[in-house]
Amino acid sequence: MSGVVKPRVEHPGLPRNALGLSRRAYEGGMSTLCAGCGHDSVTAAIVQACFELSMPPQSVAKLSGIGCSSKTTAYFVSGAHGFNGVHGRMPAIAAGASAANRTLKYLGVSGDGDSLSIGLGQLGHAIRRNMDMLYLLENNGVYGLTKGQFSASADLGSKSKKGESNDHEPIDPVLLALALGATFVARSFSGDKEQLVPLIKMGLMHQGFALIDILSPCVTFNDHEGSTKSYAYVREHLQTPIAADFVESRREITVSYAAGEAVSVEMHDGSNVLLRKLDSSYDPTDRSAALAYVQERAAINEHVTGLIYLGEGRRHFHERHNTPDEALNSLAFDKLCPGSAALERILSRYR
Amino acid sequence: MHPTDTQDPDYYHRVVDCQWACPAHTDVPEYIRLIAQGRFSDAYMVNRESNVFPGILGRVCDRPCEPACRRGRVEDKPVAICRLKRVAADLRDDIRPRLPTAPAQANGKRIACIGAGPASLTVANDLVPLGYEVVILEQFATGGGLMRTNIPSFRLPAAVLDEEIGYVVEMGAELRLNSPVHSMSALLASREYDAVFVGTGAPKGKELSLPGRDQSDRIHIGIAWLEAVAFGHKKDIGENVLIIGVGNTAMDCCRSSLRLGAKNVKVMARKPRGFFKASEWELEDAEEESVEIVVNHSPKAFVIEDGQLRGMRFDRMEYQVEGGRIISETVLEELVFPCDDVILAIGQENAFPWIERDLGIEFDKWDVPKVDPATFQSTRREVFFGGDAAFGPKNIIWAVEHGHQAAISIHKHCTGQPVGERPPRGVRLQSRKMGMKEWSYKNDYNPLERRLVPHVSLKERFKQLNVEVELGFDLERAAVEVQRCLNCDIQTVFEPKLCIECDACIDICPTDCLTMTRDGPLEELEQRLKAPRRSRDQALYLSAPLKQTGRLMVKDEDLCVHCGLCAERCPTNAWDMQKSWVDIPHAEDEARCRS
Repeated sequence: MSGVVKPRVEHPGLPRNALGLSRRAYEGGMSTLCAGCGHDSVTAAIVQACFELSMPPQSVAKLSGIGCSSKTTAYFVSGAHGFNGVHGRMPAIAAGASAANRTLKYLGVSGDGDSLSIGLGQLGHAIRRNMDMLYLLENNGVYGLTKGQFSASADLGSKSKKGESNDHEPIDPVLLALALGATFVARSFSGDKEQLVPLIKMGLMHQGFALIDILSPCVTFNDHEGSTKSYAYVREHLQTPIAADFVESRREITVSYAAGEAVSVEMHDGSNVLLRKLDSSYDPTDRSAALAYVQERAAINEHVTGLIYLGEGRRHFHERHNTPDEALNSLAFDKLCPGSAALERILSRYR
Repeated sequence: MHPTDTQDPDYYHRVVDCQWACPAHTDVPEYIRLIAQGRFSDAYMVNRESNVFPGILGRVCDRPCEPACRRGRVEDKPVAICRLKRVAADLRDDIRPRLPTAPAQANGKRIACIGAGPASLTVANDLVPLGYEVVILEQFATGGGLMRTNIPSFRLPAAVLDEEIGYVVEMGAELRLNSPVHSMSALLASREYDAVFVGTGAPKGKELSLPGRDQSDRIHIGIAWLEAVAFGHKKDIGENVLIIGVGNTAMDCCRSSLRLGAKNVKVMARKPRGFFKASEWELEDAEEESVEIVVNHSPKAFVIEDGQLRGMRFDRMEYQVEGGRIISETVLEELVFPCDDVILAIGQENAFPWIERDLGIEFDKWDVPKVDPATFQSTRREVFFGGDAAFGPKNIIWAVEHGHQAAISIHKHCTGQPVGERPPRGVRLQSRKMGMKEWSYKNDYNPLERRLVPHVSLKERFKQLNVEVELGFDLERAAVEVQRCLNCDIQTVFEPKLCIECDACIDICPTDCLTMTRDGPLEELEQRLKAPRRSRDQALYLSAPLKQTGRLMVKDEDLCVHCGLCAERCPTNAWDMQKSWVDIPHAEDEARCRS
C-alpha cells in the first residue's frame, strides 16, 4: 500500500463539522497494514468519531506501543500530538503526558500482544489508577507482525492458520477491566462502525479510564475456518445486550423510546449516553452483573459487544492528585518550581 | 432490489462519460493513454475508427465530451480532450499503410453520396472496404462540404482537410468534383446506383427581413459570405462591421472580417450572455481578437442613406430572467450603430430544391424530409439522409455518426436484410492488475490545472487569412494534460461472492462513493448512502447480497474517480480494475458477423 497515496480529491458535498472541517481533515498517513486489516476500519472509526465530535486535531494526543495495532496512530488525525513508545509501555507514557497536561484528550491504541502479554502490568495499573484516557485494544488473537502465533487473547481451542489448536485459557480484557474497576468498559467489532463510532465518542468524552476491546480480524493470519476471531466467526457470534448512542450536549435528544426501553445517562460535559436495552435483564451500571453476563456468554462462545459497563463517578487520576487545570508548560516558572526554600520546607517534614 | 446488470453494454459505457457523450462513441481514455505512451499513430487509429477525421475534429469538434468529462466534477475544468486528439493527429507517423482498402473483388453494388461533407465521406469510409463502389458527387471544385466553406482556414487549415479526405479517396471512393446534382429524379431514374445517400448539409442561411434589407449589397448572409471568403471571391470588407447573431458561425464571421481588413467588429446579441449559442471557447477566441460582443440589442432596421448602408437600428432590451429562462422583456431605448457591412449569422437550415416531391421521398410540414432517426432511411427505401441534411444543423461529429449508421443501413438494404434490425452493442472487460500494487494504467487524481493551448501572437495571425491561430499542444503540455484523464474506462468491477465485508474499500474511498448497507426500496436505500447522491445521470450500482451479512455493496458511479484504491485495498480481489471496451458496431462488423 505504501506505493499508493490517497488522492486529495473529495466528495464536493462532504459534510463539515462545527470547526468547518471535513472528515478528511482527520485522516493521517496512508496505512501500511495488510489490505483488509480490521485495524484500518478502527482507524476509519476514530477519524469519524473525532470528526463528529468536532475535536480540534491539536487537542488529541495519540499514544501507542509496538505491534500492528500500534502502527495505526500514524494513520489518523495527522494534526494530533503523538508518541510511539516501547513495547507494552504506552500506559506509562500516557500517565506521564496526562499528568503534565490534562487539557488534551488521550487516545491510546494498543493490541492484544502489547496489552495482554508484555504490557499487562502497565494496562492493569492504568486501570487501577483510573487514568483519564481512552484505551483502544485492537484484538485479533494473533501476533501478526511475527507471522501469526497465538496471542494471550486467543480462545481455547481456536485453530491457527496451520491448523494447530490453542490450549491456553485466554485473557479477556473486558473481564480484566471490570475486575480492576474500570469505569467505562465496552467491546466492539471493527466491522460494525454503527456501534463502534458512538462508543469511541463516549470513550473520548468519559472522564476516567475507558477501555474498548475491539475484535479486529487479522486478515492474513487469523481469518480462516476454525478461528474464533475471523470476520465470519465474529459476525455469527455477536451478542449485544445494550445499544448505546452518544448525544452531544448541544444536541437535543430527538429519539423517543417506549417507557422503560431506554435510559439516558448524563456525562460530565452535559452530553448524554442513550442506552437502549436489547436484553431486558441487562443492567450496564451493575459491575458484578456485567462480569457474570460476559462470563456466561463466553462459555457459550458468544462475544458480548456494545457498552458493557458504565460507572460514572469514581475519582480519576486528576481528581485524586489534584493536578492543575492547565498544562504544566503554561504555568509560570515560580509556580511550577517553588524554589529551594520551599523544597527545604518539604524535606524538613520528613526529618 | 435487483442486482445491477453490468453485462448490459450500456452500463459501463455510461460510466465513460466522454465516450457516452460523443455521438460517435470515441474511446477517449484509450487514446489518451496511448498518447501518454507516445504511441501517437495508435492513438490516431483509435480515434479514426470512431470519428474518421481526428485531425479535423481535433481542431473544430463541438466537443460534447468535454462538458461531460468526470474531471470537471472534481475540479473546474475538464480534460482538454479535443486538443489531445489534435496531438495524436499532429504527431502521428504515416498511417496510410494501416488504413483499410477496397477488396480486389468489388461486390457489384454502387452507392451515390451527394455532397462531399463529413457524412458522405464516412459512408464511403465504411462501405468501400466492404467492396461497395461509392461515388461522391460534389458541387464545388473541392471536397469537405461545410468543413471547407464555413470553417475559416485560420481554424482548420486546408492541408488537414485535404489529407483526411484523401485517405477516403485513396481507399477507393470516387470523388466527382464539380458535379452538382440538380435532380434527384434524374439520378434515381439513371438506375446507376443501388442506394443514394444525401449528405448535402444545411446550406441555406436564414434571412432577417427588416426594413432596408433589399436596399444594399453590403448586407451578407453569414454562411454564404464565409463560402465566398473560403473560395477567394471576397477579399475585403468595410472598416466597421456588425455581425447579427451569436452562434459559432457569427464567431467565424467576425474573426474572418478582421482578417479581411475590418477595424471595428461588433457581434450584436439580442439576449444576455448565457443564452449565446456559440461555444465558450469560440467566444473566448473572438474576444481575444478584440471583437466586441454587445448584448441585449434587438435588430430593428437597416439604416440606408442615399442608397448606402450607414448603420443599423436596434432596440436596447432589458430582460427578467428566472431559472435560466426569460420571463419578460422591456425596450429601454432605440439606437443606431453605424457600420459599413452587416453579416447575418442567425442560423441555417437544410434545403432540397433539387429533390422532386413526387419520388416517394416524403417531406413533413416544415418541408424537411421524413427520416428514420435510427436507420437514416427516408420513405423511399433506397434513399438515405445523414448529417445536417437529415435533421437540420448539428455538427461534424454528429454527421460522422449519421454516416456510420447510414452505412450499416445501406449495407443491410443492399444485402436484403431488414434495415431496422440494428447490430447489438457489446462490452468486454479485462483486468488491469499486473501484480502486487501494480496496475497497467496511471493517472493523477489530484487537482491539476488544465493546460492552455498556445496561440499565434495577435500581431502575426492577421497577416494572412490562413494563419492557423491555435498551435496545438507541445509534447510537454500534452504529457501533463494526459495525466488529467481519470481513466473512466478502467472500471471498478465487483464480485460479491469474494467479499468478506472487511470495510477496507469503504474506508479508503476518497470520494465516499461506496456504501455497504442492507437492502431496501431504492428511495429509502439512497438515504443511507455514505455521501449524498448528486446526480442521476450516472447509475447506482447494487451488488447481489453479500455472504456474511446479506447487505449490498452500493456504488455511486457519479463520484468515483477510478483511483483503484478499493481494488488495491481489497484482500480478496472482490474489487478489480478492468478495462472496458464498448463494442460499437460499424458496417464492417455487421458484414463480418453475417459472413
